[in-house]
Amino acid sequence: MDILLLLLILPIITALGILTVKKSQTIRWIALSGSIVQLTLAIGITAYYVSLRSAGVTEAMLFESSYAWFEPLKIYFSSAVDGISLVMILMTAMVVVAGILVSWKIEKQVKEFFFLIVLLSLSAYGFFISTNLFVMFFFLELAVIPKYLLIGMWGSGRKEYSAMKLALMLMFGSALVFLGILGLFYAGGAQTWDLQEIAKMNIPIATQSVLYILLFTGFGVFTAMFPFHTWAPDGHSSAPTAASMFLAGISMKLGGYGCLRVATYLLPNAAQELSWIFIITASIAIIYGAFATMMQKDLKYMNAYSSVSHCGFVILGIAMLTKAALTGAVMQMVSHGIMTALFFASIGMIYDRAHTRQADELGGMLKQVPFIGTAFIISGLCSLGLPGFSGFVSEMTVFVGSWERTGVFYRVATILACASIVVTAVYILRAIGFAIWGSVTNKEYLKFKDATWAERSAAVLLIFGILLIGLAPFLLTQLIDMDTTTIFNRLFAVVGR
Amino acid sequence: MFRFEIIVAALILALLVMSLCDFDTKIKPFLNTVNVLLLLNFLIGWLPLTEGSYFSDFFRTNGLIVFQKNIMNLGIFLISLTSYTWLSQSKQRLEFYLLMLSSIFGVYVMLSSGHILMLYLGLEMSTIPIAAMSNFNLKQKRSSEAGIKLILSSAFSTGIMLFGISLLYGAVGNLSFASVIANLHPNTLTLFAFSFILAGFAFKMSIVPFHLWTADVYEGSPIAVTNFLSVISKGSVIFVFLTVLYTLFGGMKEAWLLSISIVSILSMTIGNLFALRQQNAKRFLAFSSIAQVGFVLVGVAGASTTGSTSVVYFVLIYLLSNIAAFGVIGAVADTTGSESLQSFKGLYKSNPFYALIMAVALFSLAGVPPIAGFFGKLFLLTAGMKSGLYVLLGFAGVNLVLSLYNYLRVVKYMFIDETETPLAPLDRNRALTIALYVCLIGLIIIGFVTPIYQYIDSLCGI
Repeated sequence: MDILLLLLILPIITALGILTVKKSQTIRWIALSGSIVQLTLAIGITAYYVSLRSAGVTEAMLFESSYAWFEPLKIYFSSAVDGISLVMILMTAMVVVAGILVSWKIEKQVKEFFFLIVLLSLSAYGFFISTNLFVMFFFLELAVIPKYLLIGMWGSGRKEYSAMKLALMLMFGSALVFLGILGLFYAGGAQTWDLQEIAKMNIPIATQSVLYILLFTGFGVFTAMFPFHTWAPDGHSSAPTAASMFLAGISMKLGGYGCLRVATYLLPNAAQELSWIFIITASIAIIYGAFATMMQKDLKYMNAYSSVSHCGFVILGIAMLTKAALTGAVMQMVSHGIMTALFFASIGMIYDRAHTRQADELGGMLKQVPFIGTAFIISGLCSLGLPGFSGFVSEMTVFVGSWERTGVFYRVATILACASIVVTAVYILRAIGFAIWGSVTNKEYLKFKDATWAERSAAVLLIFGILLIGLAPFLLTQLIDMDTTTIFNRLFAVVGR
Repeated sequence: MFRFEIIVAALILALLVMSLCDFDTKIKPFLNTVNVLLLLNFLIGWLPLTEGSYFSDFFRTNGLIVFQKNIMNLGIFLISLTSYTWLSQSKQRLEFYLLMLSSIFGVYVMLSSGHILMLYLGLEMSTIPIAAMSNFNLKQKRSSEAGIKLILSSAFSTGIMLFGISLLYGAVGNLSFASVIANLHPNTLTLFAFSFILAGFAFKMSIVPFHLWTADVYEGSPIAVTNFLSVISKGSVIFVFLTVLYTLFGGMKEAWLLSISIVSILSMTIGNLFALRQQNAKRFLAFSSIAQVGFVLVGVAGASTTGSTSVVYFVLIYLLSNIAAFGVIGAVADTTGSESLQSFKGLYKSNPFYALIMAVALFSLAGVPPIAGFFGKLFLLTAGMKSGLYVLLGFAGVNLVLSLYNYLRVVKYMFIDETETPLAPLDRNRALTIALYVCLIGLIIIGFVTPIYQYIDSLCGI
């Protein structure tokens, strides 16, 4: 059954369609309709998956298919999904639709812009469905150059610097990842890239440790893990709105997914032994990200640093290695993906009108552009973890999961992470207070028009996602429950604790 | 069996006859005829050929050698197409083809050699004509400098290599490949012989620390010749080097793994570091090609079928990428007269076609998916990992990042930078366009058409 390949074929068709058309408006519509069909397809596959699961199918991954690519090197184009990859795919599809809607007003080199956006989404879909490590790496790398060009060609501010920094740091991460998966290829003795086959092997602990550090750090660079987070603030703030949404919403999740699926799942012994390193880095990222956000005046820098902090929760959840923490990490990935996309989208909408992103230069946005202001407030509240929004449930799950680990070290890390919520509240409320509430400071702002239909639909879609997870988190947890159990059992079987 | 050599000899004769009839002064018909002949030469190369060895093993041929010769045929065909404009302006177009074909004749002899003397002969025959070719811009001092530098350094390296060969003869007593393989034992004498021979090859492949001639010669030579130097002469020597290491010195694997790793690390790192600040496009590609050879050596260090497959596969991709890059540089230089990377600023706005081709070529060299170079480079690393050379692999990883910076710098000039003096749209002649399209299509599909890799693998497996 190859329905998963549709997830790749559709973006390819969309991209080719974009290349063949000349008129800008047609290009936008092709991109939009392609992404909407993709979202529908993703929902359809999820529904099918759920129906199969409730019918009692128990294989770890469904919809498997495999095609020979480079047979002498054991590289097969194999794909399969489980609940975790499905929720990531759903999240990606949502963010892509919203991203395309938000970029409706791009006038400069429309064709190239949407082509690169679709290519970027293609790489994310490919990454989430592939089960062959080489193919996975192929898709991980595929995203680097579109990001570089998107920031460089359509960005603002110090775009050349940011684009180059991002490309080089991500390349550094992928070099580490590649060395890691090369190690996995030879480590088990059987020479295979296949995720599920490697999962059955017993790799010596010494090898595991080296590979774990390589892989976790490598993927960590993509998640903006401390101390490799420096590409994120510059990259996010220079990127055009849609690219920021993709970067923070999707690309950072590729790293988190890799940390979970490759580094932790395939190397359980090393994860048990060495995950404390990443608990430390995650705690630093959470605290440091939060305090760094407080110092920012530029809204995009603010959200970028807060993303560093929020993705710290993902790393923390994965490194804590309890079932609830793993579940929380996955939920946080999805939640942060949607939430940060909404945040960047509303910042972008404000910037398009005011041409400034400095919080103290703005003011009274709620009066002038009530819709955009509301979207901004909702994403802010979700970010600080207000109950009812997705941020609350996912962060809560991570904390509960982390608390299950006893011992002073784990407790301290958990408490520090919890404490960051307070800091988050400070900077979010301050940003909202400066930029959204208050009186209109600049007379120019009185001329602003509220969101267009495209912007409205994008925001509504993302808010729907936030509320759905926030109010009915069981939908998400049920979908991924079996898979986090699989991963946890593999970790558990190793130690027997 | 000798079909390749006979055809090239016939082509050389045909060119001489053409010059007797003054046909070469009719620019367009002449160039078109030669291009068609080269295309035919390439196509005929794929006809089946009897394998075996002749002249008491001096000359041998097998599937892999035929494939390597075909790659070279493709290379000279594309180079001839990309240098169309330059050749139609230059007076020495006949000599260019004569010397190029003589050099390629040497390459064939070298590839087919089954005896070290034959190999030496082929190597020399392939190098000396290039020295004359690089001197083609007669009015430029740089060009003569390039010619002299090439001939001197190649003579020097040949001397070193001959010394190594004579030591090897002393140790083994016979220079045919078969008897060397049978009688080679690792001892001090053979180790010396090996190091001298390695140094000789290192000169030809411009491996650090024997690379000092490369940048100057590349810069001084006409672009077509630089192109030939960087793909044909380098690629063919890599092929031969592979045979020499894997079969001739196969018994001394322990010894050469270490030396290959060291020169590989040096080549990658120094090539990339020196490329960082180059402003001349040809010097830039010179250092980039030094780094690329460093990567090839990672694959060579794999010392297995995977190693040789990935090296041959990579050379094919490298050939297409470099020819495309030089093609674009040539097109820009023909119009502006400048070979500076600065003249690429804003290229995408004025000449999207050239900019895209250049970007694909550079991405391929940098190893970015979905361009073929990604697969080529990663397979080299995969092969290298087989020997468990972790330090080497670590350096290769660092160099992936460094080289990405180098190539992105040029991409930035073309796509991102704004300029007040953009290039006017460049003229596109048909020959160059065809060549660039061939390279583009090749670079995009080679990674996805699986039979290509499998075919090379089956050839190397024998």
